[in-house]
Amino acid sequence: MANLATNFIGIKSPNPFWLASAPPTDKEYNVRRAYEAGWGGVVWKTLGSEGPPVVNVNGPRYGAVWGADRRLLGLNNIELITDRPLEVNLREIKSVKRDYKDRALIISLMVPCDEDSWIDILKRIEDTEADGVELNFGCPHGMAERGMGSAVGQVPEYIEMVTRWVKTHSRMPCIVKLTPNISDVRKPAEAAKRGGADAVSLINTVNSITSVNLDSFSPEPMIDGKGSHGGYCGPAVKPIALNMVAEIARNPETHGLPISGIGGVTTWRDAAEFMALGAGNVQVCTAAMTYGFKVVEEMISGLSQYLDEKEMTSTADLVGKAVPNVTDWQFLNLNYVTKARIDQEACIKCGRCFAACEDTSHQAISMSEDRVFEVMDDECVACNLCVNVCPVEDCITMIELPRGEMDTRTGERVGDYANWTTHPNNPGATAAE
Amino acid sequence: MSNSQLTPGIVPGRLPAESYIKNFGDLEPLLDRHEALVAADRCYFCHDAPCITACPTSIDIPLFIRQIATGTAEAAAQTIWDQNILGGMCARVCPTEQLCEEVCVREVAEGKPVEIGRLQRFATDRVMAAGVHPFTRAAPSGNRVAVVGAGPAGLACAHRLAMHGHEVTILERRPKAGGLNEYGIASYKAPDDFAAHEVDWLLKIGGITVKTGVELGRDVTLDALRKDYDAVFLGIGLGGVNDLRVEGETLEGVRDAVDFIAELRQQPDKAKLGIGRHVVVIGGGMTAVDAAVQSRLLGAETVTIVYRRGKDRMSASLHEQEHATQTGVRIIYNAAPVAIRGEGRVSEVEFAYTQDGPEGLVTLAEHFTLAADQVFKAIGQTLLAPAGMAADKKLPERLADNLWAGGDCTETGEDLTVTAVAQGRDAAEAIHAAIMGAKV
Ligand SMILES: Cc1cc2nc3c(=O)[nH]c(=O)nc-3n(C[C@H](O)[C@H](O)[C@H](O)COP(=O)(O)OP(=O)(O)OC[C@H]3O[C@@H](n4cnc5c(N)ncnc54)[C@H](O)[C@@H]3O)c2cc1C
Ligand SMILES: Cc1cc2nc3c(=O)[nH]c(=O)nc-3n(C[C@H](O)[C@H](O)[C@H](O)COP(=O)(O)O)c2cc1C
Ligand code: SF4
Repeated sequence: MANLATNFIGIKSPNPFWLASAPPTDKEYNVRRAYEAGWGGVVWKTLGSEGPPVVNVNGPRYGAVWGADRRLLGLNNIELITDRPLEVNLREIKSVKRDYKDRALIISLMVPCDEDSWIDILKRIEDTEADGVELNFGCPHGMAERGMGSAVGQVPEYIEMVTRWVKTHSRMPCIVKLTPNISDVRKPAEAAKRGGADAVSLINTVNSITSVNLDSFSPEPMIDGKGSHGGYCGPAVKPIALNMVAEIARNPETHGLPISGIGGVTTWRDAAEFMALGAGNVQVCTAAMTYGFKVVEEMISGLSQYLDEKEMTSTADLVGKAVPNVTDWQFLNLNYVTKARIDQEACIKCGRCFAACEDTSHQAISMSEDRVFEVMDDECVACNLCVNVCPVEDCITMIELPRGEMDTRTGERVGDYANWTTHPNNPGATAAE
Repeated sequence: MSNSQLTPGIVPGRLPAESYIKNFGDLEPLLDRHEALVAADRCYFCHDAPCITACPTSIDIPLFIRQIATGTAEAAAQTIWDQNILGGMCARVCPTEQLCEEVCVREVAEGKPVEIGRLQRFATDRVMAAGVHPFTRAAPSGNRVAVVGAGPAGLACAHRLAMHGHEVTILERRPKAGGLNEYGIASYKAPDDFAAHEVDWLLKIGGITVKTGVELGRDVTLDALRKDYDAVFLGIGLGGVNDLRVEGETLEGVRDAVDFIAELRQQPDKAKLGIGRHVVVIGGGMTAVDAAVQSRLLGAETVTIVYRRGKDRMSASLHEQEHATQTGVRIIYNAAPVAIRGEGRVSEVEFAYTQDGPEGLVTLAEHFTLAADQVFKAIGQTLLAPAGMAADKKLPERLADNLWAGGDCTETGEDLTVTAVAQGRDAAEAIHAAIMGAKV
């Protein structure tokens, strides 16, 4: 059995599955049960400064996007940081950590953007024996208007400054949590690194309106006839998160900076994908909020089965495996030619490939009187749409044309690797042979 | 009354009162909203979908299913009714396993089709329950059309004609409109007086006058109708039944299955219906199955269908046959009656085994006998031509300039509600074209 134990910036946990800072980690009661259920670590729900705690709305704070059978695909929230008194949280953190020394416990922080506030909060958390801090520069709603959360996370200079304060006034490992609500995620990651961060975690939630009530004309969740944008998370945001993780992992400036992957992790497979793209561990929120703490059992069994199958002995063997294969479009091999193939045995004759190709692609699929669908190689550009819309797995596949073979669409034989940088149609081509 | 399943003879009240309510309630309950969304999500929205082709009325099935999936049952119902104004009844009685669902790509691929019939009912029931009739009439054309027979064919024809602005008079010999929807279809397929409600709903379009108790040939002649109206449509169904032509056919206790079913359909309190302890049904169609199943549901101790050919020749679908056997009906294939016996009333039926070969049906020497208190004949219906009309075979769809026919009474009829609807609708379009064409 593969060993799932991980060491993330010096913080050890029995597996790479941490609960992200959110309602599941808001109090001792939850966190103890999460550890009992098997979670490797927990990032405590974000703490604010000393003083009266923030207040939340008293109407619905979540909105959702569902599949047909009510599968929760995306969740959106307008919740703020913890609304419980600081002393209560600190007392509970200390009590839990004392009983679960083998588990990771990170404290998420968000205080106003001045050095004194940070000095103060760091002092207060000192004797909790927590393993590290995560700086919440991500929250897109409620706190940003007060100059915190994503208001900081969107300005790389602030990130660098605050991170430096934290590293100056504390010896704890420091993770900087990034917001996806920016145009280039590499910039805040670079800033965090310059400030001395030990790691970044991403993504926090995505600015969103999940739906509009077409009777009351208000966004959902609706509070007294109004709604405000919230933070989107869950399976729907995973592709966005994966890309951002990969961008940081392959950026020369930040390459090697430890990453905690967050955003839509729902199964072991999602976790493995994040890790292959460079995440040292993952954090989970929506999946736990949807299915309860027990889901971690599937994540643990699935990941260890996968590592065994791949003959990997630890999660470290997996981390970053896919990073070298993430490249820019211009370096993709334009002489990699494939053609769609329809397996007539597997075909159920729904005709979706035909409708898709005929109406919206390259008119490369023929349909006979008796509903036999076939690909015309001389029209197929290998766009993959037919594969994507076919309801039967592996019915339509892409077959690679071997080098030297004739591509009947272009009338040219398949050549050696060549990309856009040298293509004759590229005005800026370097040296077309 | 203290009758039980074991009481000899034909007696009512064999079962406890609550059994009747259960037995004659909805066989397949309405999908709720969530079930409908899940069922609708299974549709692949096929290109040039095979289900549409298989539907005799060519309902755009993938479209209406997508309309359900997106929360617009009203639009879905409209899509259905545009093609089939009796879409509510068809959703209940169509043998979908031989029509749309048989060719659904998911049936072919996984043996589990999209539940088209139930989804259709979901859409149509919702909108009907809301009292909405989403069709209006074109400006009055000044033309009058007589429709004979208020069955599915006649009703579909009348509705389409009314929509085009014509004035329609329906003549129906029975006391109620609906045809076999009212007098034939198995009770549990359309409980709660659905047939009558659907007729009321259909008539909301206006421009249709229904005259019940009026029989063509008895109360009015065809010539008179053709003279008084711009066009005449005959949707008279099949009024006659085939005889067994065996000895003992006239004994008490021997009866046409369609008569029995009509009586059953009209009796609101099923406990009052007499039924035999041992019932034998002779035939192989939907009528045989319905008579047999409903005999069981009324409390008959044994019910046996005897069909002269093999299982796959039976015109009742495999699904129907299974439903019968699940209800406790025994089906004996390859046997034909040779004599019905009894002292004044039937007590047993003798059968000979048969063999269905290239030279046709051969009667074998082996015989067997079944005890029977009641025998239902369900060996097919025939056209009963109205008095004054010569018709020894089924009618063509167009008999003369201003005379059309549709439904079971035609040679193209298929003994299916949905086909009757399609024929009635198409005849209306042909009549409309003919009338309007003659005008210009
Ligand atoms: C027992 C039974 C069960 C069935 N079950 C199913 C089923 O589950 N699914 C299915 O799809 N099909 C079923 N069918 C077949 C279906 O009911 C018929 O195909 C359909 O009703 C035919 O419609 P129609 O309008 O042609 O004829 P009908 O429904 O027979 O209507 C004809 C109408 O014309 C009237 N009429 C006849 N002669 C005259 C006259 N001279 N003057 C005035 N009025 C007249 C009759 O009273 C009747 O109302 C079943 C049939 C039977 C008998
Ligand atoms: C209700 C709710 C409250 C959250 N509160 C916080 C918070 O206080 N601090 C924080 O850093 N992230 C917070 N998050 C963001 C999550 O930690 C996580 O980054 C995000 O939900 C993406 O992960 P997921 O797709 O697994 O849910 C919250 C998320 C939700 C749904
Ligand atoms: S055949 Fe089945 S899956 Fe295809 S459109 Fe019709 S109902 Fe949908």
